[in-house]
Amino acid sequence: MASVTFKVWRGNKEGGEFKEYSTDITEGMVVLDALFQIQADAANDLAIRWNCKAGKCGSCSAEVNGYPRLLCMTRMSSLPQDRPVKIEPMKSFPVIKDLVCDVSWNYEAKKRIKKFKPRKPDAADGTWRMQQEDVDRVQEFRKCIECFLCQDVCHVLREHHLHENFIGPSLLVYTAALEMHPLDVEDRTEDLRKHQGIGYCNITKCCTNVCPENITITDNAIIPLKERLVDKFYDPLKKILNLFSGKS
Amino acid sequence: MSSVKKYEYDVLIIGAGGAGLRSAIEASDAGVKVGVVCKSLLGKAHTVMAEGGAAAAIGNIDEKDNWKIHFADTMRGGQYLNNPKMAEIHAKESPARIFELEAWGALFDRTKDGKILQRHFGGHRYRRLAHVGDRTGLEMIRTLQDHGIHQGIDFHMECTVLNLLKDGDRIAGAFGYDREKGRFLVFETSAVVLATGGIGRAYKVTSNSWEYTGDGQTLAYDCGAELIDMEFVQFHPTGMVWPPSVKGILVTEGVRGEGGVLRNSEGRRFMFDDIPEAYKSSTADSEEEAWQYTIGNTEARRPPELLTRDHVARCIIREIKEGRGSPHGGVFLDIAWIKEKLPNAVEHIKRKLPSMYHQFKELAEIDITTEVMEVGPTTHYIMGGVRVNAETQMTNVPGLFAAGEVAAGLHGANRLGGNSLSDLLVFGRRSGEFAAKFSKENGKAAIDDRQVQSATRAALAPFERAGGSGGSGVYQVQQELQDSMQSLVGIVRTESELKEGLEVISRLKERSKVVGVEGNREYNPGWHTALDLHNLMTISEAIARCALMRKESRGAHFRLDFPDKSEGFAEIIMVISKDADGLMQVNSEAIVPLTEEHKQIIEDNK
Repeated sequence: MASVTFKVWRGNKEGGEFKEYSTDITEGMVVLDALFQIQADAANDLAIRWNCKAGKCGSCSAEVNGYPRLLCMTRMSSLPQDRPVKIEPMKSFPVIKDLVCDVSWNYEAKKRIKKFKPRKPDAADGTWRMQQEDVDRVQEFRKCIECFLCQDVCHVLREHHLHENFIGPSLLVYTAALEMHPLDVEDRTEDLRKHQGIGYCNITKCCTNVCPENITITDNAIIPLKERLVDKFYDPLKKILNLFSGKS
Repeated sequence: MSSVKKYEYDVLIIGAGGAGLRSAIEASDAGVKVGVVCKSLLGKAHTVMAEGGAAAAIGNIDEKDNWKIHFADTMRGGQYLNNPKMAEIHAKESPARIFELEAWGALFDRTKDGKILQRHFGGHRYRRLAHVGDRTGLEMIRTLQDHGIHQGIDFHMECTVLNLLKDGDRIAGAFGYDREKGRFLVFETSAVVLATGGIGRAYKVTSNSWEYTGDGQTLAYDCGAELIDMEFVQFHPTGMVWPPSVKGILVTEGVRGEGGVLRNSEGRRFMFDDIPEAYKSSTADSEEEAWQYTIGNTEARRPPELLTRDHVARCIIREIKEGRGSPHGGVFLDIAWIKEKLPNAVEHIKRKLPSMYHQFKELAEIDITTEVMEVGPTTHYIMGGVRVNAETQMTNVPGLFAAGEVAAGLHGANRLGGNSLSDLLVFGRRSGEFAAKFSKENGKAAIDDRQVQSATRAALAPFERAGGSGGSGVYQVQQELQDSMQSLVGIVRTESELKEGLEVISRLKERSKVVGVEGNREYNPGWHTALDLHNLMTISEAIARCALMRKESRGAHFRLDFPDKSEGFAEIIMVISKDADGLMQVNSEAIVPLTEEHKQIIEDNK
């Protein structure tokens, strides 16, 4: 058993500071366990958002030594223990208290994405037929646990605060899941360009690197969406055809 | 007096897991104004953790399957204490509820001909579980969430309801607080649907998160509704046991469904050693036959690892107690062995059980495609809960409904895996339908300000006791309760330990009334935990009292001093209610009788 020092950010939207706490670490502990001990022994009112503690719900997102992580999936043994472990809230969203952020923007922005619209059922009993290989691609996106770590690391949101103009990688994954859904017949490309700011993404792949579900966000979701846009709006052949048919 | 923020709804739903969301969608479809209150963010409720699948007799793989066989399996699994009407409705309506999810965008794994794939699970005669790898719950909650946000429903995230408000006999509203600021909220509503889930946090080793503190059961009990079957707590046979910080985290039954086997320290596949009479004819008697079943040979019978959860959990406990356990106090679960049978086993395991692979790799540094897991029982689910009408889901309190885990009746003495996800869809929908109907027919009732004032005072009391000694802090009281419930009211029970448990609960109840909390009302987990203690104490007492009354072993309830089933308890359920003096009463009542048709179905499917 070893005692480890933590520097935990304490405060609210008015401001705050790092406070030091020490707690004993035993085999197999994750950062969230250490914070629970601190909460029970020294800081009863330390605000942490968590739920499943198994990497399945995406509630306990924060930054560990400056890196966006799920607190419940970050093992203490993976961190250098000769210096304090720094824990702070995500940076892309306003702080509520301590390690808890106001992530409601994500929910609001999601509501503005056109919902799933299936084609007519394939069978008389109202059901559909889909092949597993067609489903596979979308199932990757549907692993998203909405932890918003990709939103946290994305410089468009984190540094440039373009929340009004850009929905961020997490919601691009959501849109990709809808657009590539074998049954979906809705078209979201116009919205992606005009309102959801897909052009702001310059494919630095930071989002892919932090995804705890290992979703290949940039390559599998965002780039194909960008390609769809190009096909639709910038295809020179289509442009000429549109010119003749009177469409702009 | 603190100010309160007021909201008005026709139907208020408490909880946003599968049952709450399905209820909200149905109620809003009926054209009434719906509010949903949930303790966490949307999409984080425990449904997200469900792994294996949702049971529905669709018959995509085994064409012989139908609702009658699903009904008979559910009743047998519940040792015939189930409400047969609920079991019938559940079996009949589950397929439609699954198809509906597909129409809302859910993407289940597919068969070769493009239909929904179904997998094996314990106690189900046929392959019945619609699933998505081992993350079915995530798919379900996300589908319901993404459909629900376009329905005009108001979601109050990170809010907790502390009291239900009444006008005479009927429901008038609810009182609670928001986590962010600690502001008090009053919801004026014609009907309330409880969809708050379970009670796992009453135990030390649990697969449940902090949210599952028996809120709905306690809200119902406190306002005059009855609880039934509270002695039946399901201990899932396979939770992680090592390292200590992950003890209790679920290892899906899907591992066994895909061919995973349980072995003791001697390497023996001990589940073959004890097969209950009722399952003898449907269980394999050789390892080869069990494997044949796993790979879909319809002539073969089921592996003994897929016997009901109560039985598997007790067999594991026996192996551990008799000294044949694994190094960290569990037994071995081995899926890696299938490489002897399948050329592409590693890929197959990663594909079928991706989140298990990930979970063990990340949290225990174990590669399940090459190494064995260590597992042991973990508190998972409560079959008991709020007593409801089988068709409408309304309690004995007019305007109060319950659906999903918080409600009781469908599962009897033991729930079959996969029946929970279908339960919350079927009865979530019904609760929404009938709550909306109730609100249209009955309109609003009056909120009594005195009830709001007394609720406010009670909610603020822990702050006035701040500065109390560290020795009786809120977290310590909670931990002592969890330790005692685990050791005294756990998987193996005796009269003396249950009595001791009740004494401990009563002592801790007194302490919970005097614990103080530091800080202010903004996002203060110490305060929240202090307020949850009342619920934990209430349901712990209910579990212990019912367990004491049932002097036999049946389903998930095992009494070492009465290790066998008793005829005298075969047709009796325990009913909890609050008497005029505010004390908890337990009465036994006859079960809902089987109709002639039910009897025939059960006989035909023995």
